[in-house]
This record gives sequence, structure tokens and C-alpha cells, in this order.
Amino acid sequence: MTRYLVGRTLGLLAVLLVTSLVVFGSIHLAPGDPVSFLLHGRPATPEAVAALRSQYHLDDPLPVQYAKWLGAFLQGDFGSSAQFHQDVSTLIGSRLPGTALLVGYAALLVALIGVTAGILAALRPGPLDRAVLLGSGVATATPSFVTAIALVSLFSVRLGWFPGPGGTPVGFSEQLYHLTLPAFALALTFAGLLARVTRSAMLDELGREHVEVARARGVPGRTVVRRHVLRNALGPVVTVGGTMLAGLLISTSIVETAFDVPGLGSLLVQSVTAKDFAVVQAITLLSVGAFVLVNLAVDLLAPLIDPRLSLHGEGPS
Amino acid sequence: MTTTAPPESTVLRRRPGLRPLRLLAQGPLFTASVAVLALLVLIAVLAPVIAPYDPEALDLTASLAGTTGEHLLGTDQSGRDVLSRLMYGARTGLLGPLLVVGVSTLLGTLLGVVAAWRGGWADSVLSRSMDMVFAVPGLLLAILLVSVVGPGMTAPVIAMAVAYTPYVGRLVRGIARQEKARPYIESYRVQGWSGWNVCLRHLLPNIAATVFAQSAMNFGYALMDLAALSYLGFGVQPPTADWGAMINEGQSAVQQGAMLPALAPSACIVLAVVAFGIVGEGLADRIARRKR
Repeated sequence: MTRYLVGRTLGLLAVLLVTSLVVFGSIHLAPGDPVSFLLHGRPATPEAVAALRSQYHLDDPLPVQYAKWLGAFLQGDFGSSAQFHQDVSTLIGSRLPGTALLVGYAALLVALIGVTAGILAALRPGPLDRAVLLGSGVATATPSFVTAIALVSLFSVRLGWFPGPGGTPVGFSEQLYHLTLPAFALALTFAGLLARVTRSAMLDELGREHVEVARARGVPGRTVVRRHVLRNALGPVVTVGGTMLAGLLISTSIVETAFDVPGLGSLLVQSVTAKDFAVVQAITLLSVGAFVLVNLAVDLLAPLIDPRLSLHGEGPS
Repeated sequence: MTTTAPPESTVLRRRPGLRPLRLLAQGPLFTASVAVLALLVLIAVLAPVIAPYDPEALDLTASLAGTTGEHLLGTDQSGRDVLSRLMYGARTGLLGPLLVVGVSTLLGTLLGVVAAWRGGWADSVLSRSMDMVFAVPGLLLAILLVSVVGPGMTAPVIAMAVAYTPYVGRLVRGIARQEKARPYIESYRVQGWSGWNVCLRHLLPNIAATVFAQSAMNFGYALMDLAALSYLGFGVQPPTADWGAMINEGQSAVQQGAMLPALAPSACIVLAVVAFGIVGEGLADRIARRKR
């Protein structure tokens, strides 16, 4: 187990190191001189050029540039944004709460819809099971921006229940109201997947001997399901659900753009379009970091949630 | 060894074996999906012949015209015929994933077979490198590359080809190792065949079917990813007809009550992704049954 832990952590560090090299190196991969790439048509005043040269330490040799850039990055100094004229770290700080709320909301929906549908499908074979299978199959094949368009056209334009893209909600409850459609758009694909996982985990457990024994002893059906089936099925559901959190984070760039939500994802897309490279670098590297960390955390927590994983040796591989 | 399904934004990369469309991949649905794909390819090839209008011809007098006899699926904001744009959109919609799947299948097969055949340190190095690419979401890689080289098909296709290579590589490494352990490989070696020859003539043909099934599934997911990038404005550039870009252009009209310019390409994307998924799963199941 310790070996596994060390190995996984080293692997994580290696991924982050290589990613940071790629993110750093991309300004040198770009065609032309780094300064003109970073300026991207903005006026090349001597001050602007000097500021960029010092921000990226362009007068130093490459390894020194990288070391200085990474050092500053690790201390939370991500440079300054060309389009907003403020520190990237401040900018990210102001956009983070919106994204966090959206991801949290969506994660809640994924857990509620996915697990409920999965349990129902496993317990009620027949038409309901078929419906869940078909629905989750289509949901997993539907990209979030398609869901977004469908939701807006039905619930915002046709029925008028929820606000469309844009708008500036005031207060927490109004913000939640505005985030409802985006959260559903973000959640649907993942809920479909989680329903599948829950269903198959439940079916696996339902077919086990101890469940049959409990039934034969006359334990009421509900108790059997709650105590002996659901509890054991929860392991895979939690691990897959955890990795989905990382996926939700990445998909926010699409959903936030579709609904004009001011968050990190839409900031990333905006900054690519506006050639605001410092912001692109910071968000890319932070997102990869978050993505890798969440996945590592899930892998490490899985045996704790379901001790059978470490007994069977299925967890670490 | 089963095939693995990489869904949008790569969540379940580390959970192979989860195959959302698997249980639908039997009987009439499989046949229907094959028919849908054949039809899509036919439309893409024949688009210049069968499209009723030039997909880029502006007609501002017919902006957002509903479904009429002249325009079966209506027109978009610039008065372009939606049906014609859908037909031409099938071309970019299929060409991008074809490149992604082609490159990633070739590269992944090469890396996977070399890793399995050589074993030892070559295997460790290749497997570790593939794990590393695996750990980075393809969508982010594509966005970073677009920010460097600018929007267009090039950056998304390259990034996605890189991101999909480890899916193929891992699968191929696994089944190639199983094949390698079988007695027929050893008997060829004893007869004096060179390693390359055995790999090319005997090992590859035996794993090809499984790799093909995986590629069919990857095709659908690559289509979804590339459409997402075009939707964000990073992929196919206007005025070229593309399903993802059409949804982007059509979304403001949705708020004015004109749904078709955005919903029609949405339906096409979902239909294509479902069809590719079902065909891939169906093929994988058939291969598994034949091997037993």
C-alpha cells in the first residue's frame, strides 16, 4: 500500500511537471518571437514590451526562465491579464466562486438523478429498467452544449420557467435559480453514466448469496436492499462519482460559455479568443492540477470506502 | 479484454469496462445504427449533388424563415438553408474524427505492440508515457494548442489525436500481450521468423477486429469533442458549415423562438454519436462471442 501511495504521488508529480513544461514551452512553440506572440496585435509600446520581457524573464536562458516562471506560479503569481489589466490571480479569485457553485450544484444533481435512476432500474426490471437504460444511453451520447440548447429552448423560451443565458443575478437564491439550467446541462451526461454504474453495482450485489440468505430468513425486502445491497453497491458508485467531479470541472468551459456564466471556464474560452495568454496558462495548469488531484484522491479513498477493494487487490494495480 | 469507452471530457478514463451503450447494441438497433452511419457517409460524399442550396449563400431577406416548401428545415439568421448546411456539415463532422481516429489508431497500435512485444524497459517507458497523456484532459490540451496556433481544424485534430492515442495503446498492449503468450507465436519464432514478420503477418491480423471496434467507439467520442471545440469557436471557422459551429451561430436565434437552426445540428450530433457507440459496442460483443 505504501509503495502504491508513493508510486501514485510520484506519477502525479510527473504529470504536473510535464504539463507545466508544455504550458510554459507553448509560448516558445508559437510561431514568431515570444514577445510579439504575447502582445498579439496589442500596441508594442516600450513599456508593454519591457513588462512582458520581465514577466516571462525573456532575457534569461530557457531553463532559468522556466524555473523563475514555475517559482512565481507556485507562489500564486500568475502574471497579469492583458485584457482586464489586473493580476491573473485576482481575476481567477473573482471567477472561482461562480464555477465552484455551478460544479457543486451539478454534482448534487448527478448524485441525486444518477443514483436514484440506477437503483430504480435495478429493483424494477421491465419497462422502467429499459427506460433508464435507453435514457442514460442517450444522455451519455449528448454533449453538454447540445443539452444546453435543448434546455434553453424548452424551459426558457417555450415555458419561461427559467432565465436564459446572461443576466446578473443578485443574491444567493437568485444565483442558484440562474444556475439551474446550466447545472442540469452539465449534469445530464454524468448522471447517465452514474445511473449505469449504480444499476450494475446493484445487480451484482442483488445476485449474491448473502442477499438470498437474508431474504430466505424473512428479512423484509426494504431492509435487505438498504442494509445488504445498497451499502455494498456504494463503493463503485462513490469512486466513479468522484472521478466525475474532475470531469465536471473540465466541462464547465463549455456550459459556462453556453449560458454566459461568469466563471473560470468561460474566462478560459474568452482569454483564448482575446489572446490573453497569461490567463490561459494559469487556468490550464490549475485545471490539470485539480483534475489529477481529484482522480488521485478518489483512487486513494476507494479502499477506505470499500475495504474489499484492498483485500481483493483490485484497487492498486 | 474488453474495449474501453472514452466519453466526453474524459471522465471515466480510469474506469474502463464502463460501456454506456453496450446493452443497446443488439438486434434491430445495431442494424439501424449501421444504416444511419452508411446514410451519413453517403450524405457527406454526395453533399454537393444533393444539397438544395449553396450552404454559404446568404439571403438576408429569408432570415430565420421557418420550415417551408423551399427550405425544408428553414433558414438560419443569415438566411442560409439549414438542410444544406447540415449536409455539408456531415463532411467536416466526419472528416475531423476520421483524422483523429486514423492517427490515434496507427500510433496507439504501434506503441501498444512495441510495448507488448519488447516488454522490459521499453514497456515501462511506453506505458508510463501513455499514462501521462491519459491523465491530461484532451479538451484542455486542445484549448491550449488553439491559443498557441490559433483557431481552425489543425490544433483540435492534433490535440485530440494525441489524447486518444493512449486509449488505443493500452487496449492494444493488453491484447497483444495475451496473443504473444499463445503457442502459435512461439512456433513461428522457432521456425526462424523475425519478430517484425510475426507481428505484422500474424499478431496484427488477430487483434485488428478488436482495435477496429474500439476505433468505431472512439469515432463517436472524437466527433463529440471536435464539435464541442467548434461550438466554442476554436474548431471549424465560419462560414464553413459544421454542426458544432452551427449550434454556436444558432443559439442567439433560439432566444427569439427559432429553434431549428440550433436544434437540427444538435440532433445530428446525438444521432451520429449514438450510432457510432452502438456499432462499436455491437462489434466488440460479436468479436467476444466469436472468440469463445
